[in-house]
Amino acid sequence: MESKYYNEEKLLILKLTEEIDECTVQKIRRKADYEIERYMPRKVIFDFNSVTFMDSAGIGLIIGRYRIANMLGGTVEIANVTDSIKKVLELSGLLKIIKITELEEMAG
Amino acid sequence: MNNLNNEMKLEFLSKSSNEAFARITVAAFAAQLDPTIEELADIKTAVSEAVTNAIIHGYEEKKGIVKIRCQIINEELIIEISDNGQGIENIELAKQPLYTTKPNLERSGMGFTIMESFMDEIEIESIVGMGTKVTMKKTIKNNSETEDALQFATSCD
Repeated sequence: MESKYYNEEKLLILKLTEEIDECTVQKIRRKADYEIERYMPRKVIFDFNSVTFMDSAGIGLIIGRYRIANMLGGTVEIANVTDSIKKVLELSGLLKIIKITELEEMAG
Repeated sequence: MNNLNNEMKLEFLSKSSNEAFARITVAAFAAQLDPTIEELADIKTAVSEAVTNAIIHGYEEKKGIVKIRCQIINEELIIEISDNGQGIENIELAKQPLYTTKPNLERSGMGFTIMESFMDEIEIESIVGMGTKVTMKKTIKNNSETEDALQFATSCD
């Protein structure tokens, strides 16, 4: 996972770079929590552009980060999901509380 | 089993690092039915959920063997995923969306719901103390090249 923080917008982008399952999720969770607690962003965007697979481990990952970001006064959004990942998200009801957003490659 | 077109078996240690290996292997086997990308993604996700269950709940992260058997009968893919772990006390409860015995670890409780929605059929057999077997079936819709693909699969025997 790569992260980038935009101070002006108080925006934290967490770019996921691997398949998300039970095996990979623990490391991603630790790193995401570290970044969120460090910056206390107003908005966290999970960028799924490089993610080719996600099972229900990803649901727990996103809900957990949503709770922490919320507690610190921020929101969570998701960008660049494939249709199959969207299907998993829809089934979980997660899209009722978390928005899918457009995200273009940011400069800098 | 006159109509058995193909079969494979896979056994591996209950390590979550084997999940990717398991779902990719099943997907590679399923590829001979010429599934769409969406169907293939559905199969991979369902396999990943069942294997996670075997490792996390069946064996509770202790060492054990997870077994997968895949069969192709006509246009149907049948996937059996079994463990010799602790078993499920109440299958109906385990199948409830959002039900999890391990909420502290951010488990979403969506595993069986995903298997049920992404596959056509799912059957769970479990004996407490003996283990669990999940059987999932999915018919791969007749894409234009399916017949050719099946013929190809048998023609190189």
